[in-house]
Amino acid sequence: MTPRVFSPLVLFLVIGFLIGPFFIIVAASLSGGETLAFPPQGFSLKWVAKVFTVESFRESFAISMLLAIGGTAAALVLGVPASYALSRYKLPFGETIRTIVSLPIIVPGIIVGLALLRYIVVPFGFNITLTLFLAHTALVLPYAVRVVSASLNNLRSDIEEAAVLLGSSRAGAFFRVVMPNIRSGILAAFILGFVTSFNQVPVSLFLSGPGVRTLPIDMLSYMEITYDPSVAALSALLAFMSIGIVFLAERFLGFSRYV
Amino acid sequence: MSDAAFLSLEKLTLAYGDTVAVKDLDLSIRKGELVAFLGPSGCGKTTTMRSIAGLLTPASGAIRLDGADITRVSANKRSVGLVFQSYALFPHLTVFENVAFGLRLKKLPATEIESKVTAGLKSVGLSKFSARKPGELSGGQQQRVALARSMVMEPKVLLLDEPLSNLDARLRLEMRTELQRVQKETGVTMIFVTHDQGEALSLADRIVVMLNGAIEQIGTPEDIYNRPISRFVADFVGFENIFAVEGGKLAVGNGPIDLSGSLPPDTAGLAWRPRMVTLGSGPFQGTVRGASFSGSTREYLLDTPLGAIKAEEDAALAARETGSTIAFDLPVDKAARLKKFG
Repeated sequence: MTPRVFSPLVLFLVIGFLIGPFFIIVAASLSGGETLAFPPQGFSLKWVAKVFTVESFRESFAISMLLAIGGTAAALVLGVPASYALSRYKLPFGETIRTIVSLPIIVPGIIVGLALLRYIVVPFGFNITLTLFLAHTALVLPYAVRVVSASLNNLRSDIEEAAVLLGSSRAGAFFRVVMPNIRSGILAAFILGFVTSFNQVPVSLFLSGPGVRTLPIDMLSYMEITYDPSVAALSALLAFMSIGIVFLAERFLGFSRYV
Repeated sequence: MSDAAFLSLEKLTLAYGDTVAVKDLDLSIRKGELVAFLGPSGCGKTTTMRSIAGLLTPASGAIRLDGADITRVSANKRSVGLVFQSYALFPHLTVFENVAFGLRLKKLPATEIESKVTAGLKSVGLSKFSARKPGELSGGQQQRVALARSMVMEPKVLLLDEPLSNLDARLRLEMRTELQRVQKETGVTMIFVTHDQGEALSLADRIVVMLNGAIEQIGTPEDIYNRPISRFVADFVGFENIFAVEGGKLAVGNGPIDLSGSLPPDTAGLAWRPRMVTLGSGPFQGTVRGASFSGSTREYLLDTPLGAIKAEEDAALAARETGSTIAFDLPVDKAARLKKFG
């Protein structure tokens, strides 16, 4: 095959591979049949409607939202000052701190989850929800630090001195001239963190217990028992939610500049 | 202009960690003066300026402004304005809000802020741009916003970091005029930092030449240009023939050379601009090594027993041939007498 034919073919295959499953899921969720199948049998919205009636989905959705919003917010509360300190001051062991902060990205989630279970939850009887919250905060922190650092590095530091010379305190300068200028970076970090936390499986898998489950884990266990298309319907709804968020972010913030 | 010191630096020592940037600096500046800190990069001029602004705490020494010791006063309470080299405008605020920033922090009434900002923008000719963001302005316009932003605060001292270096030739002339006008209209005491001697000579009332964290010479532009007192200053302002003097004789590689005329005993060196060298007559002989024509003058490079000499002659005179031997003189009465030859 000549490159002229070959390249578009590869491109087509890659794109098909990436977004193909999404179309299959959407199609499967609109099926009129009783089991998860592709191609769909008939057309119906009943599985989409059923998603909203399953109580465990509602509960785990609430927990996932809480973890994604709360964990990301906590990661930003820690991450924004950390990024500021790392980018503005020559800290002793600054690079080491940066590496440690990125560790949760590098270490496989399954190890993080197992370690938290074995050494925190079991020996100390730590509350599951709190441990999940801490785990999600730690998992999102690297993204928060990276994205916010990128914003800070694009911002001249002398504007803070200028603000001080115009009568502002150091802290006031941070809130008056630094924060407004890294706002879109912080929002980008929030969205990235939210999506990361919401889709998190391996760590949550180890930490989910009776009564406390995140949505992806709940979907897994639902599928083990009930093989109906409502899981596909839920997946499709979640995918549309993510697409919506990213679309809005791109529209208002130029999200792709930060990620 | 009163003679009393308005701003004084006393035995000021500034350091970054263990690195001493400025040592035991003494300087006093009168109210309404326009002073230039001139020197090569790393000479401590910017460091000194930052300490006056309060962005750097002195290791020792004192800074007094308008009768008060401000050495330990924090930067936001000093009434010192600073126009940054990069302008440091707030990118998220409009031009109007940039200029209003300090006034809002002072919690002035809205109408007063409005009128001060409007007047400030008008004085730098940017009234039309008040709703723009800094990113939509040219470099020269941004700098004028920065100037207005500092000036509406009515600072006791206005500091400017390399105010002309980021501008092209035409804007430079415009800004120079602008700064002189602001200074004349408001009577504000101004200090600007520059590495460009032309900038310092044309703009300042007084020039402080700095080298290696110490003051090399303080004087009017005429003093600095015509009567440099050290080898460094002489070299910096274009004296290209500089010789050490020992015991009243020129110290050159081949042994001391007698000078006609007597010198004050503290003379450590003599310096001549190329155009001060007399060509065609005199006690010395040199060979023309090269010549360059620059419109109104012709510059020659001579090989002489004193070393290389640069001489300049009116271009209207006949050109001297390369390789020819000519007599020349270094007239002692025209030379700059250097007290420091380090």
